[in-house]
Amino acid sequence: MTTPPLELSLPDASPGSLRRFLHGLPGVDEVGANARVASLGTRSIKNDAKAWAIDLAIRMVDLTTLEGMDTRGKVRAMCAKALRPDPTDATVPSVAAVCVYGDLVATAREVVGDRIHVAAVATAFPSGRSSLDVKLMDTRDAVAAGADEIDMVIDRGAFLSGDLALVHDEIVAVKEACGTAHLKVILETGELRTLDNVRRASWLAMLAGADFIKTSTGKVTPAATPPVTLVMLEAVRDFERATGRRIGVKAAGGIRTSKDAIKYLVLVNETVGDEWLTPDLFRFGASTLLNDLLLQRQRMASGHYSGPDYVTID
Amino acid sequence: MTDRVEVRKTYKLFVGGAFPRSESGRTYEVVAADGTFLANAAKGSRKDGRDAVLAARKGFGAWSAATAYNRGQVLYRVAEIMEGRSAQFASDVMAAEGLDAEAAARQVEAAIDRWVWYAGWTDKLAQVLGSANQVAGPYFNFSVPEPTGVVVAVAPQDSSLLGLVSVIAPIVATGSTVIVIASTARPLPAITLTEALATSDVPGGAINVLTGDPAEIMPWLASHADVNALDLTGVTDADLAVTLEREAAGTVKRVRGPQADHDWYATPSLSRLRSFVETKTVWHPMGT
Amino acid sequence: MSFEYAPAPESRSVVDIASSYGLFIGGEFVEASGGGTFKTVNPATEEVLAEISEAGADDVDRAVRAARAAYEDVWGPMSGRDRAKYLFRIARLVQERSRELAVLETLDNGKPIRESRDVDIPLVAAHFFYHAGWADKLGHAGYGADPRPLGVAAQVIPWNFPLLMLAWKIAPALACGNTVVLKPAETTPLTALAFADICRQADLPPGVVNIITGAGETGRLLVEHPGVDKVAFTGSTEVGKAIMRQVAGSGKRLTLELGGKAANIVFEDAPLDQAIEGVVNGIFFNQGHVCCAGSRLLLQESIAEEAVDALKRRLGTLRLGDPLDKNTDIGAINSAAQLARIDELVSSGEDEGADRWSAPCTLPERGWWFAPTVFTGVTQAHRIAREEIFGPVLSVLTFRTPDEAVEKANNTPYGLSAGVWTEKGSRILWMAERLRAGIVWANTFNRFDPASPFGGYKESGFGREGGIQGLGAYLAVDDAHDVGAGR
Repeated sequence: MTTPPLELSLPDASPGSLRRFLHGLPGVDEVGANARVASLGTRSIKNDAKAWAIDLAIRMVDLTTLEGMDTRGKVRAMCAKALRPDPTDATVPSVAAVCVYGDLVATAREVVGDRIHVAAVATAFPSGRSSLDVKLMDTRDAVAAGADEIDMVIDRGAFLSGDLALVHDEIVAVKEACGTAHLKVILETGELRTLDNVRRASWLAMLAGADFIKTSTGKVTPAATPPVTLVMLEAVRDFERATGRRIGVKAAGGIRTSKDAIKYLVLVNETVGDEWLTPDLFRFGASTLLNDLLLQRQRMASGHYSGPDYVTID
Repeated sequence: MTDRVEVRKTYKLFVGGAFPRSESGRTYEVVAADGTFLANAAKGSRKDGRDAVLAARKGFGAWSAATAYNRGQVLYRVAEIMEGRSAQFASDVMAAEGLDAEAAARQVEAAIDRWVWYAGWTDKLAQVLGSANQVAGPYFNFSVPEPTGVVVAVAPQDSSLLGLVSVIAPIVATGSTVIVIASTARPLPAITLTEALATSDVPGGAINVLTGDPAEIMPWLASHADVNALDLTGVTDADLAVTLEREAAGTVKRVRGPQADHDWYATPSLSRLRSFVETKTVWHPMGT
Repeated sequence: MSFEYAPAPESRSVVDIASSYGLFIGGEFVEASGGGTFKTVNPATEEVLAEISEAGADDVDRAVRAARAAYEDVWGPMSGRDRAKYLFRIARLVQERSRELAVLETLDNGKPIRESRDVDIPLVAAHFFYHAGWADKLGHAGYGADPRPLGVAAQVIPWNFPLLMLAWKIAPALACGNTVVLKPAETTPLTALAFADICRQADLPPGVVNIITGAGETGRLLVEHPGVDKVAFTGSTEVGKAIMRQVAGSGKRLTLELGGKAANIVFEDAPLDQAIEGVVNGIFFNQGHVCCAGSRLLLQESIAEEAVDALKRRLGTLRLGDPLDKNTDIGAINSAAQLARIDELVSSGEDEGADRWSAPCTLPERGWWFAPTVFTGVTQAHRIAREEIFGPVLSVLTFRTPDEAVEKANNTPYGLSAGVWTEKGSRILWMAERLRAGIVWANTFNRFDPASPFGGYKESGFGREGGIQGLGAYLAVDDAHDVGAGR
């Protein structure tokens, strides 16, 4: 969709300017946004369109494990699956990335090589409650270990107390520490609570240099939801019109079924356009979703319903 | 009893808070129930009607913008003034309707009480006619009654004060403004009422009274595009009523039909208040 | 990398359309006495769906007499509690047969299946549920301790929401104890005829509901019939006025729900994305065949350009096509006649100097279609700002201040609905207070509910449907014959 540019006076980095800009953005009517999402949720995607969407969704998955009990063994198994999700079907594409804690990045890299991305969570994930120095060291360690994508968290306490400049400056610093790695900025929308906050946080992150904005850590409920994702997609759409830069969106946490995933793809398609329908600009942060995508894929290929024994647990 | 020559009143129209004569310059004879000459009343023309509509529309701005509380106080003051003039009203009614003093007094008292009753309604209509509506979704939805606007009313032909007040009061209680065509044969109590109105706080144009022949003036008013509703209570000619409803159709006016036999003493229902309100319903989402 | 949605047609097999239909009078389908018939057509394909009977004077008389008999002998004397039970049965049956009714509505009307399925039919059931609950509680509604019905109601409904308009008429009439003779629009009779079958399944006493099909002449005969106590009409302002003239002096009670030219007002602080959704929904939902459509977009001048850009971008994602496809957003125009009217007004817009933009859409070869269209540079003096187009055509005007918005919005003989978009609460209420419209949608649009009274100011009609206020139209609350106003 080609549209004319958006005339906006972008803020400078001073606190007052940032605040005025973000609070000058149009508000979001929650009920209206929910209604739009519900309406798009009735799109019926069948047959060829469905098969195409499933494969696209697989290619957009950041296969994730972020547990205290993660071990090298667990990560190796997940990475193998990430490369070849279905051992019986070579036509199934690889996922976009694996997503792990920083201290397991090296293990992941050993398995995947350069074939897919390795994303590491950093900056005192998931809470973000730590000093900037610790957050930057967390980032640098992960990058040094081989992560080419960093998923950071914003300081929600600072955001909710109005210290927008602090949130902004931290992102700028982490982006610098990333070097050539891409930066995904997790807004933790479940803690931001209102769609107005989601819109403002999205713009804040993009102004500070995010390559991707991401909904959630997956550790707080609700995680990704369609309304939140809608607002983020709208922000990304308007940011491109204002600056010419394309920022990606990652919906993470709580997306379990193919049906859900396809609804998100429809959201992307009808909000920001099909240029975003690529793993370079849209990702699913998920673990169980992949198996459901595989089951649906198998059903479409074979004509009968598949079962849990026909997909690997990792 | 002296042989004093009385100063007789000139009976004029009441439009926009003032007392103009008919622009046509015409008058007609008003006689008492026993046939004695009472007065020459102004014979309203269509241009008087036109002027009255302008005044009523202008008056609607101020009257409908006032708070309901304020309207109630204004209407109550009219009752106060009427009470002070009871004797004058009683004498008008006696002459017009041929009643004895007691019956006339009874009518005057009922008319004042009727006025007081409607004065008390102004700030309660929304609670009784309005509602908060439980819709199946996250919306605050409420309905409020609003005044319909400018109403043209034909007052009852026989009940020259009580019937008249029973027609006027509900209209203005809603916040609408009114142009009343007084009873053709018995207009004088209406004119005395206008004197009471002029000395109360009723804003100019809220209530306008024309005297004359409804058959002449009403078709023009029924088709007038700046009139919102008609009250044909006092129309006794069935063919005229039909003609007026048909004229009204041209601008989809709300029409309250003729009501010939009615016990004006009975406590009214809410029907007349309902006739001159519009229900407005507002939706608003409830979200963060 | 384009996401093409594959065809996703709803199956037609759920409906069973007869080749011809009689009239539903006295609880059964009977042959029309005149023998006249007409065809009802699928506007998306021009395929003939069925042959429909045209009710003549004798048929109208028969129907009114059946309704009168049912009123005197059965429905009038029946307790509210029992009437309620029949209405609850009907509501349940509508829910049970909802898929069939939705497909039937889409075939006959041309509206997308998603709308019939998600909006029309659920609201139909809701109206019957809501009014079922009132039937035995009328003494609490503010009309007196024991308000009585009027008798026989003649109801004439339009083609834009066929079954929903039927529900809006029949549910309150029956709840209040009246019996009805209803005439559906000539281009959309099928769901009314299916409803007749639902009445049979509900064992509704014969004659309580009578459905007679026909065109303008049948409607006129029905409205004129001396055996009718109440007339309720939804349709064009022109016909509404004719009916009001017809009914004058007859003593019949009347309510009218007519046309509109609603202003949808967007302030510079509006939640813009949702406002654009609301604007699109306001005029393109149901192909713009909505009396309360937001057909005039009043944009605050400071954001006008940005909003129009956003609007065009959003219109580019609308999908026009087969109404039975679940992904279709814009269906067919209901008839060739309606399409001609839209064309004429749109031409006038171009002639009068407004700028036309239409969403790029491939129009199917057969059937009647019109691409969503936006006119910018419109002023109050343009015909397209004044006359009801009843199609997917939006006229965009600008304003500077709230009072100017109110003035422009109110500057019309119509007064059915209005929309206001702003984040400022005090402004919403200030605007709502001043807009002369029966419905004000603030930060939303086209929301309907049986509990929410619907109806217009000025030439959009009088009387309300729905809510406690809507009951008054079907009750004898005064001995004065009142043809309208806030009842």
